[in-house]
Formats: sequence, structure tokens, C-alpha cells
Amino acid sequence: MTTILDLPVEEYMLPGNRSCAGCGLGIGLRYILKALDGKCIMVVPASCLTVLGGMYPVSSVRVPWINSVFPGTAAVASGVSIGLKALNKENDYTVLAMAGDGGTVDIGIQGLSGASERNQNFLYICYDNEAYMNTGTQRSGATPRGVKTTTTPLEGKRHNPKDMPKIMEAHNIPYVATACVAYPIDLYDKVKKAKDIKGLRYIHLLVPCPSGWQYDPKDTVNIGQLAVETGAFILYEVENGELRLTGRSRRIAMGGKLKSIDEYLNLQNRFLKFTPEEIEEYQKEINQRWEILVKRDKSLQKEEN
Amino acid sequence: MDENEVRLFFRNFKEVDLIQIRWHGRGGQGAVTAGRILATAGYLSGYIGATSAPFFGAERRGAPVIATTKLSSQPIRDLSQIISPNIVVVLDHTLFKSIDVTQGLSNGGWLIINTPDIINPSPKFNIVYVNATKIATDLGLVYAGVPLVNTPMLGTLLHVLPKIDLSSMHKALEYFFSPTALAKNFDAISQVFREARVIPLNNSVIKG
Amino acid sequence: MKTILEKGPKTETQKNPKSYPSGTHIITGNQATAIGAYLSGVQVVAAYPITPQSPVVEELARFIESGELNAEFVHVESEHSAMSVCIGASIVGARVFTATSANGLAYMCEQLHWASGSRLPIVMACVNRAMAAPWSVQNDQQDSMSQRDAGWIQLFCRNNQEILDTVIQAFKIAEKVYLPVMVCYDGYILSHTVMPVEVPNAKDVQDFIPPYVPHTPIDLKKPVNINPVTLPDPRQNADGIVCHGYLEHKYLHHTALRESFPVIEEIDNEFKERFGRSCGGLCSTYKFDDAKIVVVCAGSISLLSSIAIDMLREVGIPAGLLTLRTYRPFPNEKLLQLLHDKKLIVTIDKSLSYGYQGPICVDLKSALFESSSDTLLIGYIAGLGGRDVKPYEIAEAVYETWDKYNKGKIVKRDLTEAKWINCKY
Ligand SMILES: Cc1ncc(C[n+]2csc(CCOP(=O)(O)OP(=O)(O)O)c2C)c(N)n1
Ligand code: SF4
Ligand SMILES: [Mg+2]
Repeated sequence: MTTILDLPVEEYMLPGNRSCAGCGLGIGLRYILKALDGKCIMVVPASCLTVLGGMYPVSSVRVPWINSVFPGTAAVASGVSIGLKALNKENDYTVLAMAGDGGTVDIGIQGLSGASERNQNFLYICYDNEAYMNTGTQRSGATPRGVKTTTTPLEGKRHNPKDMPKIMEAHNIPYVATACVAYPIDLYDKVKKAKDIKGLRYIHLLVPCPSGWQYDPKDTVNIGQLAVETGAFILYEVENGELRLTGRSRRIAMGGKLKSIDEYLNLQNRFLKFTPEEIEEYQKEINQRWEILVKRDKSLQKEEN
Repeated sequence: MDENEVRLFFRNFKEVDLIQIRWHGRGGQGAVTAGRILATAGYLSGYIGATSAPFFGAERRGAPVIATTKLSSQPIRDLSQIISPNIVVVLDHTLFKSIDVTQGLSNGGWLIINTPDIINPSPKFNIVYVNATKIATDLGLVYAGVPLVNTPMLGTLLHVLPKIDLSSMHKALEYFFSPTALAKNFDAISQVFREARVIPLNNSVIKG
Repeated sequence: MKTILEKGPKTETQKNPKSYPSGTHIITGNQATAIGAYLSGVQVVAAYPITPQSPVVEELARFIESGELNAEFVHVESEHSAMSVCIGASIVGARVFTATSANGLAYMCEQLHWASGSRLPIVMACVNRAMAAPWSVQNDQQDSMSQRDAGWIQLFCRNNQEILDTVIQAFKIAEKVYLPVMVCYDGYILSHTVMPVEVPNAKDVQDFIPPYVPHTPIDLKKPVNINPVTLPDPRQNADGIVCHGYLEHKYLHHTALRESFPVIEEIDNEFKERFGRSCGGLCSTYKFDDAKIVVVCAGSISLLSSIAIDMLREVGIPAGLLTLRTYRPFPNEKLLQLLHDKKLIVTIDKSLSYGYQGPICVDLKSALFESSSDTLLIGYIAGLGGRDVKPYEIAEAVYETWDKYNKGKIVKRDLTEAKWINCKY
């Protein structure tokens, strides 16, 4: 396993960018670009990432970057990768499509599904801040139930979010993983692994967002860790149908215990004030999903034996 | 008039009675809301023309942002951006390090600052300053760790725009806040009004 | 998996349906839009966020969640779906509303044609924003202008009051002529700028707009297949009646647009009688009658231009202003009647028919083609991608044109090529 000392010293993100103070996105991108050794072409739709990338004629990232329309990320990335193939340059770069949750699970899902079915050769990273942040925190298909957004201002979102990694798994692509910016080494390892796989690789990256989740900007890492430690977000990867818990989630499965969910909910002003009954139900759902994933991880049982 | 005179006439053409106010703050500090409340209070005090606009573009928490307010005795037709304000309000004194807040401020204009420090007189501008951060914190006007200074700072403008008084400010706040939040914000405005120090161009400090 | 939150009824029931407090409010254009839709008794809202439209959606979501407005809000996953939901709901007889901008409008494009071809009275706010690439969230009018051929009525607003009033009028127009109406207003300049707006009494608005009756009711006893494949030529139905071919349907669609001029004017007049304000019907004028040189534009730039006209008058130039409120259908006859005896026209377009000139410019040219007079028309492009336009820049453009004209120096190129205000290239 990689340790912090093994990380490449080369930086591909320049100091200073236009994201909010305390934004988790910059942390994530920094390690992603390190894992790809900067040898990538980014495809980015309208999102907070567009803003982070800088305003013409200034850029905050030292890699080629192609902006895309909001719904078209996966299709533009398909074009980039197939164009490189046509020119015999496929092995020179990793094509990195990176879109927000709205751009992935909502308006972009059709193009992504098509590209997955064709097993197009690129790495798709959905960075999930659980709402449309760039337009001012409207609810998305990835927003958790009970979250107040500007389009669910009083009652909170009434529907459950889509399980996007599971949807991607159903496309039978070679690699599906989840990651969280609060665990950058785990993210780094996954991107590194994905880099060497051919075909469509999907990573679902949880990115805490102080502005939209309404918490003190200093707490980004803390909140990301709590998401994993409470099981609200689970770290795993799926290769050829085999699921494996990783990082902190794996360690919890092997002998720890999930923290109680209210620790995570209470730190953020975006959640409705739940009744104890509702919290219990939330907890039950989380436990169920946790058990399903732990059970699916055959390697855990082997290690235990 | 020859051609050059005509051009100069066009460029200097001003609609009568137009007061232009520019707000400087950081994303999340509420400069936009303050501008809107001022427009509302202005309208309620008899300015028939009252508009307020944010800086046009993405606003990020912590990044410098601009909002503008225009007041006039006639409906406002010029919705273009403010180039030469009469009044500049600075919600966060640390902005002085990164941007030129007085850009375009006419000589004899008003510079209003939220600052913990004593401010020296300026040879060009009238100055009003107050420690609104402390007042907001003391009154518990804090959200997600950030003291809310936007509304309190409206108290400083009462020194500069005598047509607007505390009661129209109160009426304006009713459009923006629930009764409890209104009371707190109004207290803060009143306190800022009382504690603000006014340094007119002739250097003599007037305690507000 | 059903959950507590999903099962539960709406936490707050209808508190005070459709009773937004009347009186003067200092509000943004986006708030004016939302209040206009609210007062008009909209029943279904389906919209997707995009800058600078998002606050419209947020405001309506809040009205609906709080129970103030008794309507359904659909949080769709794209603009294509937003318009699709509007189409479905409008077909079954609901009063529907949506709003969008720029790329969102473009993403709806397929459904824009479907909505108008189906003759559905959908009302949509288009908060005008520049089209990418490259990205810009700021104002120009390229988005609506690019959709001028989609078969919708397009109305442009000068200020926030007109936005509110036009949204209300739009429902009445749409439901009378069975055509969708796009209410266009400048992003940021109006959408995010507060100004005084008179909010009418809800009851008066509801009296003003009669209930919506769909042209083809859904009826199990008389089932209809709506918008199936239609052949080029007319064809007999089962009862032996000859029904329209595709071409006749399109003829009727177009005729409906052309016949909506008096309806748009009448409804604006009626609105004036009832509420004391007019939005200008098809178009409005300022210092016009004795003007020899006329500025023609649409949207909020009209306000700036009126200042320019004042400046020009002060230096003795007989300038006037004509503001297009109705852009589609294009009121060519009205314009011809108003403009045929003017010497010079200066159009200011905040968009471009790339490869030719500004849309207002070229449409006006074609309208004046029938004129026997020798009016000259010079087309300016301004404010693309949010470039700030100042009144003096418009005054200078008009001044230069007038000066050139009087010196006999206007050349062919001036008349055939787009001229740019404040282009630093
Ligand atoms: C067709 C279209 N519709 C809407 C938009 C407006 N838009 C730009 S960014 C954005 C939100 C992006 O949300 P997400 O993908 O979750 O990324 P985030 O901003 O949260 O990082 C939206 C709605 C657009 N650019 N194009
Ligand atoms: S809104 Fe959230 S995700 Fe976007 S830049 Fe700000 S903190 Fe980051
Ligand atoms: Mg998002």
C-alpha cells in the first residue's frame, strides 16, 4: 500500500484557485492528478470544477483540460479517447472525464450509460457533493433524503438518492470504485489502479462542500471521515464483479464498529432536524447497506479465516 | 458644440440626483442582501428610484464580492455597472490588502469601513468606521462561525444618507427577516449607528 | 424502500393559497417572474436550475412547499425533461410554467418545437444569457434569438415590473391563441437586480385570466391520438372527413402566430384598464414622433437607450426610440407603419445571426423592404457575454451615424456589415 511518503512530489495543481474556502474538491483533484502523473486530458462539464479550473486566460491546473456542455461529458470523453485511438496516441494519455453528481446521475446519465455499454476507454470520476452546487445548492438525484436545498427549502428532499456506483456496476464495466477526499491515499491507489485498466473505469468520489452542506470550512476532512466512519459513505472497489471494501471501511469491517449517524448529521446544517425515530430509521438503512456490502466482500472472510 | 465637446458631454452626462453605492465584502458575508435592504429602505424613505445588483457572475464563499445600490428621486434607467460611486462600504477590512476598494470613488465621496482599528483621516474622502464584527458577535449574529456584519453596517449609512432614518430601516427589514431575527438585526443597526465614528474631510472626528 | 419522509403528508398544508401580499415590493426580476406565475394560478411547475434562472425555481419551490401556492413542483433531471413534463401536463389541461436560460433553452430545443407544434399554452421565462462556448453566465440575448424559429410567441421585458405583468399577460395570450409564450428578460441586469415592482391583488389577476380549456380534451369516449405520424398530404379519417396534411398543420400554426398581433395588443390594453400599466403591446416608443433617427432594440437596453436619446436631444439631434416588445411573431406591418418616414434607423442587437447581422437588424430590414421611402438602417451589436453597455456608447453610435449621414458619408459597408459597440479587438 502507498504511504504518504511514496506520493510523487510533482504538483499538477497550481497554488490558488477559485473554489470556496475549505472546498474538498481541490484536495481530491490534487491526488488524482498525482496518480495519473499529470499525463491526462481532462474533460469537464459545467460544475464547480469548471470554476476551480480558472477563468480565461488563467488556469489553476497544469494538464490539458477540455470543457464540455453539462449533459455531454461521457460522450465528449468518448470522442477524445476514440480520436486518440484513430491517431495511434491512445497510450500517451489517460482520458479523465470528471463531472459532478448532477452532471453524472441526472443530466449526464444517458451519455455515461451509452459510453459504459460501449466500454469506451476512459476514466470517469463523479465527484459527489450531493447537490447542484455551482448553481447554488439545488437538489440533485444524489442528494440524500432529508437535506434542505434551495429547491427543497423547508421540508428537505423527500426521495432517496440514486446508488450510482451500483448502477455503474450493472453496466459490467471493468472497474467501479468509491472514494472520499478525506482519505486521499485510498483515492490515490484507486486512480493508480484504474489508470492501468483498459475500458471504462468509474470512481465515485465523495466531496464534502462547506457552502452547500453548511458547516465550518475547517471541518471538511473531519466530515469526510465521519461520512465513512458512520457508514453513510462506504469505501470499496469492484473488479470483474468482485467487491472489496478498502481503506477505513475495510478496517471497520475487520474489527471496528460504525459510529452513530447523528454525529455526522449534527455537524451539518443542511439536514432537517430529525426526530429520534427518523434517525433510528436512517441508521437502520445504513446498517442494512453496510451488511450487504460486507457480506459481498469474499476477501474479508478469507482474511478472517 | 464640436465633436469632441459632444463626446465629452455624453460621457459626463449624469442623471440628476443619482446616488451610487458600492459594497465590498466576501462571498457569504451578505453584501448582496445589505444592498437590497438599503434599496428597500431608500424606496420607503422617498427615493422613487431604488435598485440593487450583485456583481454579475459566480460568487464563492470567502472570495471578494461586489454589490451595488442606486438611489434617486426618479426611476432608475441606467442599469449598467457603477464606475464612479459616491459611497463605498467595506464589510471586511482585510479586503484592503487584495483589492482597490476606493477605485472610482469620487473625491469628497464617502468611505465606510468595518474595522477593529482606528482609521486615520483621508485627504480625499469622508470616512465612517465602526467595529461591526464585534457588535454582531456580541449580539449573537453569527452563522456557521461567521459574524453577520452586512445588516449591522446599514447603520453607518444613516450618517451619510440623512433622508433614510431608523424607522424606514426597520420597515425595510420586515421584508427580509422573521420577527426574532428582525429584532436582533435592528438592534445591531442601531448600535452601529450609535458607535460609528465619522471623520469628515476637514479631519475633525465626530462621534456618531 | 418507503421511508417516513416519503410516506408523510406535506408537513404544512395550504396556508393561504394564492395571496401574495399586494403592494410595492423591491424585488428582482426572478422574483417578479415567480410571483407572476404564482398569481396566475400555475398548477404544475417543472424546471431545472441554471444560472441566472435558478432563483425563479427556488422561489416557486418555496411557495409550493410552504403551501402558499397550491401546485405541483417536479424536480426534473434536465431541461429536456422540464419541457417534456410541461407538455404532458398541459395536454391534460393543467396550467404549466417553466423557466430556463442559455444552454438549458438549447437543450430543450427539440421540445420547444413539440410544444408549439402541439399548440400548447405553456409559459416559459427565458432569462437571457450568452450561449457557450466559451462559457459565460452573463447576459446577452443569443439564447432566445436562436430559438426565434421554434414557433413560440416571444415577448421581451424592459424592467421587473414588465416581467411580472408580462408573465400574467402571457398566460392569457397563450391560452387564447393556443401557442406557447416565452417571456424573455436580461439575465443579471434584471434577473438579479432589485427595483420597485407593484404586485397586483391575487383575486384581480385570477379574474383577469379565464380558466384554461385544452383544445383537445382527453376523453375516453372520444379517444384521440395526439401528434401521430402525419403525411405530407391531407387524408380522410374514418368518418370520411378530409383532415390536414403536415403542411396544413404548419400553415395553421404559422397563421395562429400571425393572427395573435391583435390579441397581444388587446390583452395589454385590457391589462392597462384593469391594473393601470401597459407593457407596450407589440412595441413602444419614446420621443418618437418628431424623431428623424430612431434606435430600435429589445429588453432592458431600452432603458439605457432612453438616456442616450435624452443626451442626443440635448445636443440637438432629433433622435427617438422604438422598443420591440413582441419579437415573434414579428410585427412587420406595425413597424413599417411607424418607421417608413424615418430617415435613419440604428438597431442595437445583443445577439448575432452569425455570418450575417443582428436578428433585429435583419428582420427589420426585411420589414422595411416594402417601404417606398429611402430609410437607411445601420445594425450595431453590443453587450455580448455581459459586456457592460453605457448610455454614452449608444449616444456616440447614433451621433456618429447621424453625422455621417448629414455629410453624405454613409457607404454600402455601413449598411451591410454588423458594427460593433466597444469591441476591443
Ligand atoms: C443544459 C444545461 N443545464 C443547466 C446548466 C446549468 N448548470 C451548470 S453547473 C450546474 C450544476 C452542476 O452540478 P453538479 O454536476 O452536481 O456539480 P457541482 O456544481 O455540484 O460541483 C448546472 C445546473 C447547464 N450549464 N447546462
Ligand atoms: S460550492 Fe462546494 S463544491 Fe463548489 S466550490 Fe464551493 S465548497 Fe467547493
Ligand atoms: Mg454536485
